[in-house]
Order: sequence, then structure tokens, then C-alpha cells
Amino acid sequence: MILMFVRNSWAQLARDRAAQVLAFVVPLVFFSIFAVIFGSRGPTDGTSRVRVAVVDESHSDRSKALVRALESDSSLRIRTRVSGGVPGKPGAPFTRADAEQLVQRGDVAVALVLPAGVEWSLMSFASGERVKALLLHDPGDPIAVRVVGGLLQRAAIRAYADASGDSTPAGARELLPLPFEDRAVVGQKRTSPMISFYAASIAVLFIMFSATAGGGGALIEETESGTLERVLTTGLGMTGLLIAKWLSIASLALAQIVVMFVWAAVVFGLPLGEHLTGFAVMSVFTALAASAFGLVIGTLARTRQQLTGLANLLVLGLNAIGGSMFPRFLMSEELRKFSLVGFNAWALDGYIKVFWREEPLAAIAPQVAALIGFTALFLFLARRLASRWETA
Amino acid sequence: MAVLEVRDAHKRFGATQALDGLSLMLDQGEMLGLLGPNGAGKTTLIRAIAGRVRLDKGTVAVHGRMLAAGAQRPDLGVVPQENALYPLLTARENLETFGKLNGLEGKRLRERTAWALEWTGLADRANSVARSFSGGMKRRLNLACGVLHEPKLVLLDEPTVGVDPQSREKIYDMLSALRADGASLLLTTHYLEEAEARCERIVIIDHGRAIAAGTLSQLVEQAGLAGRVVRVSLERETASPPAGFRSEGGGTELVANIRDVASELPGLLTRLQQAGLGVRDLDVRTASLQAVFLELTGKELRE
Repeated sequence: MILMFVRNSWAQLARDRAAQVLAFVVPLVFFSIFAVIFGSRGPTDGTSRVRVAVVDESHSDRSKALVRALESDSSLRIRTRVSGGVPGKPGAPFTRADAEQLVQRGDVAVALVLPAGVEWSLMSFASGERVKALLLHDPGDPIAVRVVGGLLQRAAIRAYADASGDSTPAGARELLPLPFEDRAVVGQKRTSPMISFYAASIAVLFIMFSATAGGGGALIEETESGTLERVLTTGLGMTGLLIAKWLSIASLALAQIVVMFVWAAVVFGLPLGEHLTGFAVMSVFTALAASAFGLVIGTLARTRQQLTGLANLLVLGLNAIGGSMFPRFLMSEELRKFSLVGFNAWALDGYIKVFWREEPLAAIAPQVAALIGFTALFLFLARRLASRWETA
Repeated sequence: MAVLEVRDAHKRFGATQALDGLSLMLDQGEMLGLLGPNGAGKTTLIRAIAGRVRLDKGTVAVHGRMLAAGAQRPDLGVVPQENALYPLLTARENLETFGKLNGLEGKRLRERTAWALEWTGLADRANSVARSFSGGMKRRLNLACGVLHEPKLVLLDEPTVGVDPQSREKIYDMLSALRADGASLLLTTHYLEEAEARCERIVIIDHGRAIAAGTLSQLVEQAGLAGRVVRVSLERETASPPAGFRSEGGGTELVANIRDVASELPGLLTRLQQAGLGVRDLDVRTASLQAVFLELTGKELRE
């Protein structure tokens, strides 16, 4: 009798493709996504290099040797000159202000400033005050500044060795080859810098779940209950029904975001009041995009089982690569670029700009434009897919 | 002028010819029963009239106006077989939702909602969610949602399926009230005795065609079952029924078809007596709709 139930449960699983996908495919997809994310941070993978902007205010032979040593380090991706997207004359060496801006914008994880006189500090273990290098960093990536600080010492030794042929200076074990100090240039006022990131990421993850559930309800539930047939015999029509569902799901998503951020503000001190406009703009467009995304899943799935399988696969997958589970700024550059295929990555970028980098409202224009584009695409797809529910 | 006229309706879904030249007409104030075995084309016909199926050929006209698939049908009310309700909305909210979808607003919507709650006997449950209702209550609410906007033509797909006799009676009282207000009703049902008792005319469809139409007596004629059916319950079984009888019900029940009761019934009873078969009960009636239906559509299972 007991064996019969075991056999029956396997027989049912064998006939339920959605359950098979959930049981076997989704875990593999997730494993693969995280393997790519974390695997790419291994030491042998060139894609995991820490992005560093270097400002050489010393202009000395020693500082130049140090920069060359840093550039030859396979763990670092060094930028020293203005290129596309950065204010200033293309090709000009970075200024301290440029570097600070690059860190604030999240273009580099760390900026290294080599002030004038630092060349005398390099490999000089004499007592007394020495000019220090400066590491400007984003506390959102606390690992990067430590990695760069360590690699800076290695590069200093290498640069010295290249110059003198001696790689073991006296006292090197006790004293730093190049003293440095670090300074956060983002979120200095925040007590817990990652609160805003997690408020946004968890909110986006869950509104995607509720939007797919709502999107499924748009057509599958209405079909099952018979209300779809009844509604479509009225003057509303499929386009009207989809718009109504889109707006209703979006309003729920917006409410979820508001609850999440208010909670974060009240309990964890998120400065919601200081960024109300940016928050409102990002939340409205994120909610509209998530709702349209939910409609696509809802119209793509033909059964409730398909809906569950698709929703789990796409929502968790997009959030894994989109930065809800693992910050995008810690991902390799290639993965960061690839993750922009999901609207949620744009949404998170927007929230991070508003709350974390405290950029002006105009700075989120690319994110808002992308969300509008995604929304239009999703609505178009949902309308096309929904046509099969229309007149036979 | 006919309220509804379907002419030469054809519809094919893949290899299945769902409608194959079906025509029918519904007159003002009439309740027309639409009968047919499963898969005969009833639902496709209802959906075509409601604008949810695009005919390959043929026309649907309401009050003489040809209707294209997908075109609005403000004079039409549809009551689907499923209880097409929002389970977590109250009775009042469901009525208001479908009232608005059918063009009711403001005071008119409030008046019609109040009327529907009274009409369905749900006034005291107006603010209860539909999910908490019994099957009969849901059926009544389902019906009200389809007729709230006072359509002149109402399509009812199995409106009494799955409810107890009291609820069924209430639903037919509600339908009678609709007809008294001038609505014409097209009703599909598998309850043949209901169709026989409630509908003036009946259309039997099979394989996508109307194979018989008319009043019960006209259908009986069309099925070749004119006359009376004599049903005799015997006191004991017999393996060899007397001439004119056929055996049904395991040998204790005999059935005979006669055209004239006065002249043929005495002879039948005499033959039973001569065969030594005592009669426990005797029933004489016209052929039932069930007999007509089975005669016309056969006894073979359809699904």
C-alpha cells in the first residue's frame, strides 16, 4: 500500500513537466548562475579584475614605475586617462575630481591617488611623516579597497625591484612599502551602506513574484473561473482587460515597494525622506515594468503549472544575474553587462543611484528610459500572446 | 421579426466540424431549448452568438441586425455554465463589476444591483463573498450577473446544472420573470424533462446541424414516435412477451406503442390476460422528449 503511493507520486511527477522543471532544471540553472558569478571571481579568470582609476599627481619616475607595476597586475584593471562617458578631455590624465566621480558613479571600485611627493615615500622606511597614497572607495564594495591596498604594496615592491634589482629591502616585513589611507566617497553619512541596496533588491525580487502571480491571474485564473469568457463578451475587450490588469498589478507592486522602503526607513534608518522624488520616480516605473513582465509570463503560460515553473525560473534567474542576490558591482564586467538584459538590473541601478550614490534626478534618466522601453516591449508581447484567448 | 436568427452557421476547429450548416430562430418572448449530445456543437453555437467564435460561413442576426464576431452586443446577456464569478468579491461587488462592464453607471447601476439582489434572494447576503455561497446561491448570482443590464436576448448555458430541486425551481421562476419583462431566452440543458416542461420550442442539434425543431408534439412526429407509449409492470417475469409488446426492465416491464388508446389498449390487455400475466401497474403517455432525443441522436456514447 505504501509502495503504491510512492509509485503513484513518481508516476504523477513523470507526467507533470512543470514539476520536473521545478525539481530538476531550476536548481541546475541556479547553480550555474551562481557558479558563473562566483566562479568568475577566481584568481585565474581575467574577467574578475578589480577596476581601479589611478591619478598620478607626482609625475615622477617612481610613481610612473608604480603605475606600470599596477597595470601589469592581472588582478587589476587600471585606468589612468579620460575615456568615453567621463567628463573632461578624452585622453587627458585623470584628476582627483575625475577619480572621485568615477567611484561615486560606480564606474570603478577604487581610485588610487598618488599625491606629489609620494615618490619619496615609496620603499622609504625612514621614520617620520611620509606622504601617503590615497584610496578613494565605495563602502558598498568593502573587499575591493582591501584587495587594492594589498596589491598596491606588491606593486610598490615590484616597482622598487625593477629599479634597484633588489626585491628584499631591509625592514620590508615590518613597514609598508607605500603608506596609504582610504576614504569613502559614497554614502559617508550612512550608518549601514547596504540597507538601500537590500531594500531595493528584495522589493524588486518580490514584486516580480507578485506580478507574475497577478499576471497569471489575469488570464489563467479568469479562464478557469469562467469570468474571462464573460468579460470578453462585454465591451471591455482583451486590450482593455490587459491594461486594467497591468495597472492593478502595478498598483499592488508600488504598494509593496512603499511598504518595503518605509520599513527600511523606520527600522533601519534609510534616508527615504531625503530622496522622495527619486524614490517615487524609480518606484512608479519599476512597478509598471514588473507588472508588464508579469503579464508576459501570465499570457505565455497555458496552465497554472506552467506559470509556476516559468515564474520561478525567470524571476529567480533574472534576480540572480540582475543583482538582487549578489550586488552587480561585485560581478565581473562581462556579467554586469549581460545582466542588463533584465529590467530588474536597471531598476536596481536606479535605486542605487538615488539612495546610495545620491546622484541628481537627471542621472536616473537612462534607467527610467530603459524601464519604459522594457514596459513597452512587455506590453506588446503580452498583447500578442493574449490573442489566443480572443475570438476563435 | 425574430429576436435571434442563425443562418447556415459553419465552424471548423482543426479536423472537427463543430457547426455544419446550423440554422435556428428565436421569437420574441420565447424560451427556446437547445438540446444535443456532448460535442454536438451547442457551446460553439452559444459562443458564436456571443461573438466569441468567428463563423467560417453563415450569419448571426439579433433583431435583424447582422453581428460580426467581436462586435459589441449590448442587447445580449450571457449566462455561462461555470459560475463565472469573482470568488473573493461580495455578491454586490460581483453585480456591480459585471453591471459596469455591460455599461451600467451611477444611479442606474445601484438600482439594478438592488433589483438583482432581491431577484436572486441574496439581499441579506449582499456583502458576503461569493466563495462562501452554496451552489444554488452561486447559480442565482451567476444568472443575475448576466442579465443585470436588461438584455433583450439571454443565452443560458446549463443554468441549473448541479443544484438542488428547490434552487432549480427558483431559477426557473427567475427566468419566467425575465420573460415577463420581455426577454427572449435561448437555453441549453441536459435535463430533458426541464426542457420539456419549460420551453415552448426545442431545437435538437447533432454533428453541428439542427436535426429537429418544434414543440414536443412536433418533435415526436419528426422522430416517428407519434401515438402513445403503453408501459406495463407485471407481477412476474416473462421471457416471451405477448404480440405487440417488447420487454424492458428485466422481463417484468413490457412496452407497446399504439396510435389509438380506445381501440388498441383493450386488445393489449386481453393478450396479457390470455398469457396468464397479471398486471401490477399500467401507464399510458405520449413519447417523452428523452425517447425523441435518443431516437434522433442514438444511444451511442459520444465521449
